[in-house]
Amino acid sequence: MTDPRELYQQVILEHNKKPRNFGKLDPCTHHAEGHNPLCGDQLELSLVIENGVVADIKFQGSGCAIDVASASLMTGIVKGKPVAEAEAMIEQFRGMVRGELDPATQAPLLGRLTLFSGVKDLPSRVKCAILPWATLHAALRGEEEASTE
Amino acid sequence: MSATLQPLDVTAIRRDFPLLSRVLSGKPVVYLDSAVSGQMPLCAIERMAKYERDEHTNVHRGVSTLSQQATDSYEAAREKVRRFLGAASVREIVWTRGTTEAINLVAQTFGRKVVQAGDEILVSAMEHHANIVPWQMLAQEKGATLKVIPITDDGELILESLDELITERTKLLAVTHVSNVLGTVNPIKEIIARAHAKGVPVLVDGAQAVPHLKVDVQDLDADFYVFSGHKLSGPTGIGALYGKLAHLEAMPPWHGGGNMIRSVTWEKTTYMAAPGKFEAGTPPIAAAIGLGAALDYLTNLGLDRIAAQEHDLLVYATERLERIPGLHILGKARDKASVISFVVEGIHPHDMGSLLDGEGVVIRAGHHCAQPLMARYNVPATTRASFAYFNTREDIDVLVSAVEKAIELFK
Ligand SMILES: Cc1ncc(COP(=O)(O)O)c(C=O)c1O
Repeated sequence: MTDPRELYQQVILEHNKKPRNFGKLDPCTHHAEGHNPLCGDQLELSLVIENGVVADIKFQGSGCAIDVASASLMTGIVKGKPVAEAEAMIEQFRGMVRGELDPATQAPLLGRLTLFSGVKDLPSRVKCAILPWATLHAALRGEEEASTE
Repeated sequence: MSATLQPLDVTAIRRDFPLLSRVLSGKPVVYLDSAVSGQMPLCAIERMAKYERDEHTNVHRGVSTLSQQATDSYEAAREKVRRFLGAASVREIVWTRGTTEAINLVAQTFGRKVVQAGDEILVSAMEHHANIVPWQMLAQEKGATLKVIPITDDGELILESLDELITERTKLLAVTHVSNVLGTVNPIKEIIARAHAKGVPVLVDGAQAVPHLKVDVQDLDADFYVFSGHKLSGPTGIGALYGKLAHLEAMPPWHGGGNMIRSVTWEKTTYMAAPGKFEAGTPPIAAAIGLGAALDYLTNLGLDRIAAQEHDLLVYATERLERIPGLHILGKARDKASVISFVVEGIHPHDMGSLLDGEGVVIRAGHHCAQPLMARYNVPATTRASFAYFNTREDIDVLVSAVEKAIELFK
């Protein structure tokens, strides 16, 4: 991919404009803040985990379209999933946007989120796509802060 | 501008910059990022290559003919910097790695000497981190405070605040000549006069000023004036500190090592006179010589003609960008250099940056190392285009249509 326009597909643009699961869960069982020092992107995740399952998840913050769409789609896909599966998704997403995994064969859990695979060709934006996932990773491990530094 | 000013032959000038004919992502490069780093003309690139190929050795190394020649070329470049800044003596020009290093040098020698607990250092709201952090570090070390000259929404310093901000505890004023984000050209001569009236020395960050306007440090009466070679059509790794000789002589050395000493015994070391005592170790010789060649190139083109060309581009780009619905320009000072920062409603500057990049348009999207200024305008970042003497109105047309295309995509 040489044209960044290929990454800015309808799904991403639409989730940027109308992010799903936007807001804050109060009370919540897990919480973390993510920060991308390069862009100034900021993200706050709150989760309710019951019996090892992500019962609910919300995010709020401000960032670029890649970051916001990634958070919106991530919260949608992990909701209702066991924590172990969410952890596996984090690994697959990271591997995919870094170009280490083939989205067609090695990211079976990500479904249509493989549309982010084009980010690997925009190295300066990889951290934007990863930020929500890094923040989720931190929240699941009980850490309060994630940074893509 | 004088009506008789012969315009620059931009077509011919562009042939001096090989990068301008490159193709990136299948598109011809439109380089609108000179505020990040200016492109080097071929003559300067070739002068550096010639040094490395035919003349490479070290400077100030005694008797060899080769070393003497290198020293002569290196010192000739210092003389070119002196002339370029209008300094009285070549002894007032200290080589540094760039603006950042020059400011740190002043903070840690001059600053450490004059600033004590309870004192104040004054900066402005539009400073680059390079002219904030070294002072913050010094203030922390000494128990001093950093005070800030505020700006208007248009991006001009509120000079009326100076009377109140400069107190008997103010030991130094550090201010930028031209804002790298807003393009504002600050009335430095007036600011210096007002600071001096209260006995306060002034350091001017000239990184964004020297590429655009004729600077005369004596006319300004600046105590310190600093800049980077790479924003001035020169290479990276070189820049200079101008300091009034009386200051430089009174300042302690900074880094210790070879070159900066007069004699070393186990009991005692004595130091070179300025500027030598601030120049420890082997300098970037090729870079200094390359910068000298770049200054010759700019002087030949004529700084007034460069300024006229860039002003035309600024006016044209401002007019065209302002007409785009939803686009807001940050920085509307009456006196502006050819730098335009903007934000577009609903599009994060990093998305804009990536989309412009895909069109071959090289600009900067980010906080521009000016986070306190971003906070002042309540934006996380901006998109910034900056124009040099080799840019054309066609370059701006490409920028405008790329911005319009991005807006269309995000609709
Ligand atoms: C106004 C200003 N000051 C200081 C600097 C720092 O210059 P350098 O990184 O070359 O030391 C810059 C560069 O972006 C600048 O624009």
